[in-house]
Amino acid sequence: MSKLTPVLSAHWDEKDSFTIEAYTRHGGYGASKKALAMDPDAVIQMVKDSGLRGRGGAGFPTGMKWGFIPQGDDKDHYLVVNADESEPGTCKDTPLLMANPHVLIEGCIIACHAIRAKRAFIYIRGEVTHVVRRVNAAIADAYKAGHLGNGIDVTLHIGAGAYICGEETALLDSLEGFRGQPRLRPPFPAIAGLYARPTVVNNVESISSVPAIIANGAEWYQSMGTEKSKGATLYSLSGHVNNPGQFEAPLGITLREILEIAGGVRTGHQLKFWTPGGSSTPLFTDAHLDIPLDYEGVAAAGSMLGTKALQIFDETTCVVRAVLRWTEFYKHESCGKCTPCREGTWWLVQILRDLENGTGTEADLEKLLDLCDNIMGRSFCALGDGATSPITSSIKYFRDEYIAHLTNGACPFDPVKSTLFTGAVS
Amino acid sequence: MTLDRELMQTIIKRYPRSRSAIMPLLHYVQSVSGYVTNEGIETISEILEIETAEVSAVATFYTQYKRKPVGEYHVGVCTNTLCAVMGGDAIFASLKDHLGIENDGVTADGKVSLEHIECNAACDYAPVVMANWEFYDNQTVESAKALVDGARAGNPPAPTRGPNRLVTYKEASAVLAGLDDGLAREGVQAGEPTLLGLKLSKEGK
Amino acid sequence: MTTTQGSAVAVELITVVIDGFEVSVPKGTLVIRAAEKLGIQIPRFCDHPLLDPVGACRQCLVDIEINGRAFPKPQASCTIPVEPNMIVKTQLTSPVADKAQQGVMELLLGNHPLDCPVCDKGGECPLQNQAMSNGRADARLDGYKRVFEKPIAISSSVLLDRERCVLCARCTRFSAQIASDPFITLNERGALQQVGIYENDPFKSYFSGNTVQICPVGALTGTSYRFRARPFDLVSTPSACEHCASGCDMRTDVRRGKTLRRLAGDDPSVNEEWNCDKGRWAFKYVTALDRLTQPLVRNAEGELVAASWPEALAAAAAGLKGKRAAVLTGGRVTTEDAYGYAKFARIALGTNDIDYRARVTSDEERDFLAAHVAGSATTYRDIDTADHVALIAFEPEEESPIVFLRINKQFKKRGLKVTAVATKSSIAMDKLKAEFIKVAPGAESAAVSTLSLTPKSIILVGERASESAGLFSAVVALAARTGAKVAYIPRRAGERGALEAGALGNVLPGGRPVADAAARVDIAAAWGVSSLPTEPGRTTSEILVALAAGSLDAVVVGGVDAHDLHHGSEAIAALKKTFVVSLEIAPSSVTAVADVVLPVAAITEKSGSFLNWEGRARAFDSAVADSHNRSDVRILSMLADALGNPISLGTVTAAAREFNQLGKWDGARVAMTSVAPASTPSVSGSDAVLTSWRRLLDMGTLQKGEDNLAGTRRPTVAVVSPKRAAAMGVNSGEQVRVSNGHGSITIPVLVEDIHDDAVWIPRNSFASQALVALDAVHGEVVTVVKA
Repeated sequence: MSKLTPVLSAHWDEKDSFTIEAYTRHGGYGASKKALAMDPDAVIQMVKDSGLRGRGGAGFPTGMKWGFIPQGDDKDHYLVVNADESEPGTCKDTPLLMANPHVLIEGCIIACHAIRAKRAFIYIRGEVTHVVRRVNAAIADAYKAGHLGNGIDVTLHIGAGAYICGEETALLDSLEGFRGQPRLRPPFPAIAGLYARPTVVNNVESISSVPAIIANGAEWYQSMGTEKSKGATLYSLSGHVNNPGQFEAPLGITLREILEIAGGVRTGHQLKFWTPGGSSTPLFTDAHLDIPLDYEGVAAAGSMLGTKALQIFDETTCVVRAVLRWTEFYKHESCGKCTPCREGTWWLVQILRDLENGTGTEADLEKLLDLCDNIMGRSFCALGDGATSPITSSIKYFRDEYIAHLTNGACPFDPVKSTLFTGAVS
Repeated sequence: MTLDRELMQTIIKRYPRSRSAIMPLLHYVQSVSGYVTNEGIETISEILEIETAEVSAVATFYTQYKRKPVGEYHVGVCTNTLCAVMGGDAIFASLKDHLGIENDGVTADGKVSLEHIECNAACDYAPVVMANWEFYDNQTVESAKALVDGARAGNPPAPTRGPNRLVTYKEASAVLAGLDDGLAREGVQAGEPTLLGLKLSKEGK
Repeated sequence: MTTTQGSAVAVELITVVIDGFEVSVPKGTLVIRAAEKLGIQIPRFCDHPLLDPVGACRQCLVDIEINGRAFPKPQASCTIPVEPNMIVKTQLTSPVADKAQQGVMELLLGNHPLDCPVCDKGGECPLQNQAMSNGRADARLDGYKRVFEKPIAISSSVLLDRERCVLCARCTRFSAQIASDPFITLNERGALQQVGIYENDPFKSYFSGNTVQICPVGALTGTSYRFRARPFDLVSTPSACEHCASGCDMRTDVRRGKTLRRLAGDDPSVNEEWNCDKGRWAFKYVTALDRLTQPLVRNAEGELVAASWPEALAAAAAGLKGKRAAVLTGGRVTTEDAYGYAKFARIALGTNDIDYRARVTSDEERDFLAAHVAGSATTYRDIDTADHVALIAFEPEEESPIVFLRINKQFKKRGLKVTAVATKSSIAMDKLKAEFIKVAPGAESAAVSTLSLTPKSIILVGERASESAGLFSAVVALAARTGAKVAYIPRRAGERGALEAGALGNVLPGGRPVADAAARVDIAAAWGVSSLPTEPGRTTSEILVALAAGSLDAVVVGGVDAHDLHHGSEAIAALKKTFVVSLEIAPSSVTAVADVVLPVAAITEKSGSFLNWEGRARAFDSAVADSHNRSDVRILSMLADALGNPISLGTVTAAAREFNQLGKWDGARVAMTSVAPASTPSVSGSDAVLTSWRRLLDMGTLQKGEDNLAGTRRPTVAVVSPKRAAAMGVNSGEQVRVSNGHGSITIPVLVEDIHDDAVWIPRNSFASQALVALDAVHGEVVTVVKA
């Protein structure tokens, strides 16, 4: 029997999977009908019982988050869906929304009912024109079909290029029409979120997982996964593998298992390092192939499950180059609000460039680590922490390779060998 | 072209508070002018009743808002680590050379502009190139050159996962302003990598 | 544990341990502030006690544990309120906090230019100081630094050096949170984030100078002060602002006898730590004007020639002796000087003909002042606790900027309700989301009568109420009906002091009615004279009419500009006919026609005090220690001696002591008779009713020579309603001509929310000096046409 458990992706292979016709053909909007007939607290309880945890990276229990919303407070409540998928390596929400936007809309209806919100906002990153079309059309179709507009509204908000808006409070500021910089907490969004009203911010995959939970029951969902990480999720395999793609499997599957299913690392090459959940999660190596990919397993091995973005790099890849590029990303995406992240990434990039070019010194490695120590846990939000992860983890596992750059006086790798079209470079 | 204030009001009405409309309004300005013009900033300031400085503070924060004109086809090459390693760096270098422009440059004919972009959430299709924020998956140096050559000649190839034709930068900006262009049903529902897990599970793997 | 503080509200105290020391502070106190109470300074940049916490710079990281549970990482002490059982370890006791702070400091310095030797902030720079106290001794960051063009002018008054900026956002937060002028913002992102304006709209905020003062580095500097001095070369003197009745505490910095800059002082009950740009940057007049340095006496040929002090005093005494003489004193003199004029009039000249109001006035106003303002004590604190503020004939941002800031603070904090009865909308009203009760000029009192207020409300009425008959009466009636408090807010710094000092025809010092025999006896006894004149004195306009008619022979004038008066040219003509003794700092329209001119000290050259609108004394010392110029009261005392009727006020100190010893009057006040509103003119066609007031930054004498400041003035415009604009066929920006039989003003029009019958022009702005050009005041009919 397959180790894969397609639920969200079950019907993606139908050509019209993104249409309301296809969605309803497979029972779509049945779960919301069921949920709307339930007491909101019962819906929250069901999601709590399912064990569903946030799929955006932090893994916070979704039902518990909903339960934080004050009830009977006479205030507007909001659901905000974080579709700002931008963490390097992360590529699950985008294909989900392109192939089946209605599951998210149905999830929104259920979540709004549960938290007594009349309106949901979907904050989608702006660099995906066709996904925007699909979601907007789906919302329009859901209105036409009467799923929306009868007490629950969904508004699509389109970002404009800022990784930081994946941070929930920055996202809220952005949605309110400001620069997307993280807010001071407390107050937490559950108390004062969008427009200072109680707000739940959930990831696309989290909300999209809800209709199946309502339809099939908490027990069904719980039956998948591991003790503390219940259910199934989308693992995104990319990089130096023979067959990259989306793999929906129970939490706790290992990379070795996924690679076996997918067809392995690029033929003729060996796994060198990988990210379990995007670039902000400390790197793993081939020593970590059998770590269960659930929240606890990955954490115990010194990283984070994150967004389950499995970026695979083989032995042709220079880890210093890879880390430098990620660091340049963090520098580009630092919002500028706090000193450690804004200024720290500025200097990290310069030192890493010297190291990659072979013009650095061994003392630079220590300086780099000390700067990371002064950034990690000193920044305003997790972006600064994330910027240090690839650096500290790569030095931990590949210090010799850094040193080799210095003794070699240049990068010892040939970048052409890492490309998919070796020999085709002009 | 001039800004349609009535249309701008309909965008504002999407939100409980008008200021929230600043981002779609900026996309809308780009759909009319191809970039965020001073007229755009001043008009948004006026209709949202906020200061021009507050509008420009937002306009300069987000990478997609351009304060100078870009090409009719704005090409972004992902050079974040994974795409870069797998060929993005080579594609970007060859496009710069091929077009004779640098990062953030525009060809003299105004047809194509080039930018190296960050991860665009399509890593299983690496290396990825975006044109007007439509997906061009699994690119090679040759396919990317063909894309920009087609764009300059007025017949760019269609996106891999997108509508049947590549819309212009302004047209794409209108979509990002939340306006319907009727193309949602065009194109595939998913590419092969998206469907791989499903396919393998059906094969019992 | 609870305690009570002042206002009898119980404040819950929380005890925390910081670096091993216990301290009890009110609940809600931030850790950084609690540490200050122990004398423990945690370094900081973005933190400012009057701005919302932001936690951006991360310089103030400390280790914290609560109930034995330690935070896993250092916390920003500027964002965390104290909690019971909290133990804080700052850099003094926690190596982790110390390293965190040094790490942040290193990053702040990494991109900071090494231009301290040429930076205005050098020597008083929090970055310099804290880099010494909390920074690493060595530099490790040796790559390339961020480079920006430097400096760039974000207004004519403020320069921005982005390389020096540490992005603490104090300036942008001040502008948004305190001034509600978000004309500067953070732009761009990440390491390229920078403070900036929108390219076409400079930082034209009346409060922009505060950003220079609170900038913790040399990123924002004042154009006028740039490269002028090092802080350690300056001698600082606490001072008070002479520009308006807000009463700002100030600091004046002088080098070798020359004022180089003025800063806002810290007075939590008045201006907190803020002031307006006029108070900060308009001080050059002291030196820029062609100052009078010695007495002048008009000779037989009719020319003013230099004279010695004895000659001049003798000439003045000769001209005044035995004559029917009056006193006019502008609203800018100190309380001590005003007291000197008041006593001089009664004793040396034997008259109550004295009026400090050198502006458009009314008898109704005089009665209102004597009956309801003298001795009153409505304060800023009343704004803090008010449930509703009514603005009557008062535009707070233009006419008393700190009052605006205080209302705005309460509006931002708790949505304080503001209602304005006015002819036209204003920027401040927009910012305060004020309810705008729009009236035709002159129709204010009817609208005031309809206001609903409570005993917790406060009515702020401006001096312009004197231009609308019956308005003060309506305000008094409103207060009586609702129980609301009334505060009268004049524009000039010396007005309230002059009122309390008795520089008005119907009151003696302390608000004692001239008409009250017991009050006269009180003062006569204190002054050691047998009696005081019994007849209440004439007003400014009555005095000028009497001078013109010959029923007065002479006048002593201090600090009056005829251009501030209605019918100013007639006033000059009247003065020309009579014997005039003028006490002035610089040549003016009055000195030009004076017979004796006695030079007096300017504000920075003398000590004294003002009473602000609250009646609160704002005392100051001379900032220029070796000035030869003397305060008015000293000169009046000499003149009184020369007249043989001494007032014995040889020093400012003596005047202050004597005035304060008189105390306030506890008897009946002057009774105010209610005045009926005048009918408002009905207009049609191109006729309009004029409404006009002064802007904060305008052609005022005390702003002369301040070209940088002038660059941030609001534009001169004539405001008409959309309906009138349509009828005239004009759009905003096109020229219109406002005229009457006296003259005309041609300026651009602004179509705005104003009563259809009205046209508004600034009273004393560039190209629009309404009193001079039109000799017209609020409520008069003028003609407005497309130019």
